[in-house]
Amino acid sequence: MNSVSSIRISKRFIRVWQRNLTVYRSIWKIVFLPPLLEPLFYLVAFGVGLSALVGSLRYQDSDVSYMAFIAPALIAINIMQNAFFENTYASFVRMYYQKTFDAMMATPLSLEEIMTAEIVWAATKAVLATAVMQGVISLFGLIQYPAGLLILPLAFLGGIAFGSIGLFFTGTVQAIETFNLPIFLFITPMFVFSGTFFPLENLPSWAQQLAAIFPLTHLVHITRSLSFGRVEPDLLWNFAYLFLFCVIFFPLAIFKMHRRLIK
Amino acid sequence: MMKYAVEAEGLSKHFNGFVAVDGISFHVLPGECFGILGPNGAGKTSTIRMVYGFSPMTGGSLKVFGIPISLGWREIKSRIGVCQQENNLDPDLTVQQNLEVFARYFDIPKKEARERAVKLLEFIALGHRRHAKVPELSGGMMRRLVFARALINDPELLILDEPTTGLDPQSRHQVWERLEELRSRGLSVLLTTHYMDEASRLCDRLVIMDHGRILVEGKPVDLIREHVGHDVIEVATPTDQLRAFVQSKHVIHEDVGHRLIIYGQHSDALFHHISTAYCEEGCVLRMATLEDVFLKLTGRGLRE
Repeated sequence: MNSVSSIRISKRFIRVWQRNLTVYRSIWKIVFLPPLLEPLFYLVAFGVGLSALVGSLRYQDSDVSYMAFIAPALIAINIMQNAFFENTYASFVRMYYQKTFDAMMATPLSLEEIMTAEIVWAATKAVLATAVMQGVISLFGLIQYPAGLLILPLAFLGGIAFGSIGLFFTGTVQAIETFNLPIFLFITPMFVFSGTFFPLENLPSWAQQLAAIFPLTHLVHITRSLSFGRVEPDLLWNFAYLFLFCVIFFPLAIFKMHRRLIK
Repeated sequence: MMKYAVEAEGLSKHFNGFVAVDGISFHVLPGECFGILGPNGAGKTSTIRMVYGFSPMTGGSLKVFGIPISLGWREIKSRIGVCQQENNLDPDLTVQQNLEVFARYFDIPKKEARERAVKLLEFIALGHRRHAKVPELSGGMMRRLVFARALINDPELLILDEPTTGLDPQSRHQVWERLEELRSRGLSVLLTTHYMDEASRLCDRLVIMDHGRILVEGKPVDLIREHVGHDVIEVATPTDQLRAFVQSKHVIHEDVGHRLIIYGQHSDALFHHISTAYCEEGCVLRMATLEDVFLKLTGRGLRE
């Protein structure tokens, strides 16, 4: 009897996206602080502090300063964290504690639209945070333009990928504390082993291959290439890999949330 | 003009083998207030969740406004208002934003949404708190806001799941008055409640459910007359002589140990006899109520 005879995703999902935007606009001053300050902390601590030890390093056959090396990685990490945390902790609070989705499902919205909006919102948040952060980093002259402008649409793609994975966990975990597990096993290893703070070439080849599975590795690689003004066709492989993550986890997240919420 | 606002035939809902709703049939007429009563776990909420398209049904057929729910869920949902059991207001938004953001889900244009929100806040006497955040409201205010939110799309059918649970008497009466006002404008209402006085006052017709099935259906007055009669004699701590007397007289009664409940028609003479012959105090004659019907049909055992 559970027949779905009409398409359950329409552009009405924007209404849910707008709801999140309305909330965001009322607290934007607080939301804007982390992407504004975080790169400054990192650039000062790692860039200035560690630079003294590291100096410059070889990256793709040229010498780059350590600050220039990590600045794009900070952006990529920021994309991952914004989207992932939005669709884990924040979505879980809306789902479980605030029952926001229950209320929405008594309106002409479908569950698929609500979940699509959650993921698209996480990606939007990642883009907004990226714009702020990129602005700060650009002041240090660490991003080349116009190639650097492509980082914004990249943030959207990365946001969809990491948001979908986040929402997949939200549909899976029993309690909010359980998010510690995917963070410990998935986010933290990526944070350090995705070519973020040192070149992947420094790792043994088996570890390099392992790192290639991480979506963040590809996001870091594209962000760094664009920051260095390098737009080459080989980047399409990295794009394709991120896109694959979206194609797998977006429907999987919706499926999980469906199983969780529709009773 | 459609024949029924809601029409359910053999409607059922199973959860992993547990039968929550067991093939029930009922209909709600346009402009009618229809109640679903029953103890906890009777299947009330499961039933109305299917009606407003929240839960897919396991079996049977269900039409709202004459449209099968599986075919026209979006149209149906855009024409009904739902007041769910929990106060699932948006705590991240202000009182007025709660209504305006909700209006967006119905694709109501911004200007109209604002006008409706302002009007509804006046309607539920919350106009002065429109810029307050939801967590600042009292329980009664939140419930009224949920009620107003269910009206934002100017629905033809209002579905209320225990609308006044946890409210103080003032707030309850305010909700009732507002509901009666809306009904006079032709709104159909489907309601679940634990309060028998609420059901008697609001419902034109109702069903009492238990274990997923409908036990009885009818107008409150008819149900009372049919199942318990006109009035009730209640005796606290009855004596064995009284028990023997009642049994010899063949009057309909219920013995719950420390209390004897006698149902009947115009029992003045009987009451007089019982109160003078068998008990000096703790003996009451009162009108029969829906609560008597409910307890008689669903028993007095606790439900978890």
